[in-house]
Amino acid sequence: MRRVLALLMLGLLCASPVRAVQPDEVLPNATLEQRARQISGGLRCLVCQNQSIDDSDAPLARDLRILVRERLVAGDTDEAVRDFVVARYGNFVLLSPPLNIRTIALWVAPFLILAFGLAYLGRRSRLMRTPAGQQTKPLSEDEQARVDALIRRDGN
Amino acid sequence: MIVEIGHFALALALGVAVVQALVPLWGVSRRDAALASVGPAAAVTCFLLVAFSFLALVVSYVRSDFSVENVVANSHSAQPLIYKVTSTWGNHEGSMLLWVLILTLFGALVAVSRRSLPTRLRAGTLAAQGFVTVAFLAFVLLTSNPFRRLDPAPGEGQDLNPILQDLGLAIHPPLLYVGYVGFSITYAFAVAALIDGRIDAVWARAVRPWTLLAWVFLTLGIAMGSYWAYYELGWGGWWFWDPVENASLMPWLAGTALIHSTVVMEKRDALKVWTILLAILTFSLSLLGTFIVRSGVLTSVHSFASDPGRGLFILAILVFFVGGSLALFAWRAPLLRQGGLFAPISREGALVVNNLFIATACATVFIGTLYPLVLEMLTGDKISVGPPFFNATFVPVVVPLLLLLPIGQTLAWKRGDLLGAAQRMSAALVLAIVSGLAVVAIMRGGPVLAPLGIGLGVFLIAGSAWDIGERVVRRASGASAMLSRAIGLPRSAWGTAFAHAGVGLSVIGIAAAAWSAEGIGVLKPGESLTSGRYTVVLETVTPRKGPNFTEDVARFRVSAGDRQLKPVEAMKRVYTARAMPTTEAGIRTDGLSQVYVSLGEPQGGGIAVRVYDKPLILLIWIGAVVMAFGGALSLTDRRFRLAVPRRAATRTVIQPAE
Repeated sequence: MRRVLALLMLGLLCASPVRAVQPDEVLPNATLEQRARQISGGLRCLVCQNQSIDDSDAPLARDLRILVRERLVAGDTDEAVRDFVVARYGNFVLLSPPLNIRTIALWVAPFLILAFGLAYLGRRSRLMRTPAGQQTKPLSEDEQARVDALIRRDGN
Repeated sequence: MIVEIGHFALALALGVAVVQALVPLWGVSRRDAALASVGPAAAVTCFLLVAFSFLALVVSYVRSDFSVENVVANSHSAQPLIYKVTSTWGNHEGSMLLWVLILTLFGALVAVSRRSLPTRLRAGTLAAQGFVTVAFLAFVLLTSNPFRRLDPAPGEGQDLNPILQDLGLAIHPPLLYVGYVGFSITYAFAVAALIDGRIDAVWARAVRPWTLLAWVFLTLGIAMGSYWAYYELGWGGWWFWDPVENASLMPWLAGTALIHSTVVMEKRDALKVWTILLAILTFSLSLLGTFIVRSGVLTSVHSFASDPGRGLFILAILVFFVGGSLALFAWRAPLLRQGGLFAPISREGALVVNNLFIATACATVFIGTLYPLVLEMLTGDKISVGPPFFNATFVPVVVPLLLLLPIGQTLAWKRGDLLGAAQRMSAALVLAIVSGLAVVAIMRGGPVLAPLGIGLGVFLIAGSAWDIGERVVRRASGASAMLSRAIGLPRSAWGTAFAHAGVGLSVIGIAAAAWSAEGIGVLKPGESLTSGRYTVVLETVTPRKGPNFTEDVARFRVSAGDRQLKPVEAMKRVYTARAMPTTEAGIRTDGLSQVYVSLGEPQGGGIAVRVYDKPLILLIWIGAVVMAFGGALSLTDRRFRLAVPRRAATRTVIQPAE
């Protein structure tokens, strides 16, 4: 049902007659348009929740897309455009949360888990190898003779 | 009348489930064989009652019985029959009933399975399953009763949400639920093993088919959901990393790890504690997913099921079953004797690494999904965790795993030869590098990572093919000998190869998305729009009338260079009952690629049109189907078809704590 919920949400909230980027929004300058798409893909639609403004059909997303393009045409850098939107709507609007003291755990956790896991496995495999080598006493001469005898008998 | 009987059957099922939960355990502890054997009968009865209840609801939907509140809210008399049926589970109450139906189905399947299970294990498993059934039946009856009547009954229903009026609703939820809920059985087996205090290869062999079954269905369910979203939502995206999707991805990842760890347990009697923990976590993640979806906690005000009572009830279920089983685990797991040690360079060593990477990937999704919620509760800060985050964390964790996969796959049990394995895979690696370079040469630049992705996919496919090929060729000469050897290979070996090759196919499909193209324009009839390799020409726009909607149909000619493809139709619909507009994308398949045409609004005498070139996109879902096929093939392996041998006399017995 996960999809059902998503569909319902989108259906209820984002079924306005506008659909994502409209022909009249597209900038004539292909490079700028490319940058605009890139930036829009990382900005969250505040109405549709889990969609970027680039995908969203909501009127607010359209306003934001146009805003992004206006800033770009005015000569802002990508960073400046993003900062401009964040200044208005907060970090919530960024689909990729900024790295700061409150999100550090989020960003490093996956890699920490992997590193700890690998370290644990490495330690365990070393432990597994060493005692095995130390605890096995070499055969005494008697034992070796018996082994040799058995091997000879088996060979015949 | 049938509505009341259905409701009654559901209440009766709750009573039977209580018996299923308590009596077998009581019987086992009193060493009363008669009481202990009540489990199977109770499980089957419970399933039949819930099945009857479910059918009663389906019947009231098919009859458009608008005296039932649930039918009124989600159905319309003009709907085609198929959508009347699927409307049954296109809403909260009905979908929870489907959930319980599948839960009891699995209980009944364990009860009637011909496989000889140790009595205590079967009794414990059915009891644990019974507890889960009790909780969810109570949830349905107390908070989500689909049988509530309405008086006076309205003359017409409010129709199902138009986006759900699609064949996808007929297929996706049932598949997904069989997967999701199927893991309840592995959970029940794990709880039973912990109560019993003994886990061995017999346990692993008993659990493995159920895990595989659930995994196969979950794989298909997720793939189907992804394809549904792709064609229905109208902009051609197929995965959005939204919490509801993550909710199904987490149990899938944990289940994938579980499939691999049970192999180790079965073959080498190792990884026991970890496997038990995974079995518990997998179903816990299913429960968490149900909680996320049903309570709407992650989508806050915009959730359609934002009923705090329901959310709290599921939270209570979640806390009880996850907390309870983990407490049981903490108490009993130290008593389980750890199995044999093993060398790091070996098949089992590789599978441990596999589990580490998959568990990390799963943890990444878990943290990314829940972090915003926790942060908001603790600090009031609102942040978003979206696709850019997961692409930056999930992908780097999964790629090394996939790189190691073909090598791990070819390592021998107990003591592998890493150099030899790498040598055996060198042909596959060369093929992968060549295809990556070929892609760069043909496409002339483009994204840097995409050719690497294609190479990785080829490596996975070639590695699997090579692994099988080598086993066939190694000890056979002549075509007929090879054929008989190929047939003689264990089905699980074929299953592994297919599943891993399926991963490779999906990886290629995902990587190829880097070359997708998009065209946006306003078209009048006769005008054309080009996107990537494809050009569409708008021919006509005509109105049409469906059973419960009206639509405008735009017909396009499609061509790729000089090649003419079949025309495609894209629609804009308005469903009359809800006056809600939807768009139906027009999709033309060209080999493994697709042209995707979606309509916008009329503008300046024309209509806004978006055309996408989606190269090799079908591979994403074909890969998933091949994965599921591999899983199904493993399921038919000889060792699962034969009766499980009796426990060996020299089993590891652990005394209960008291």
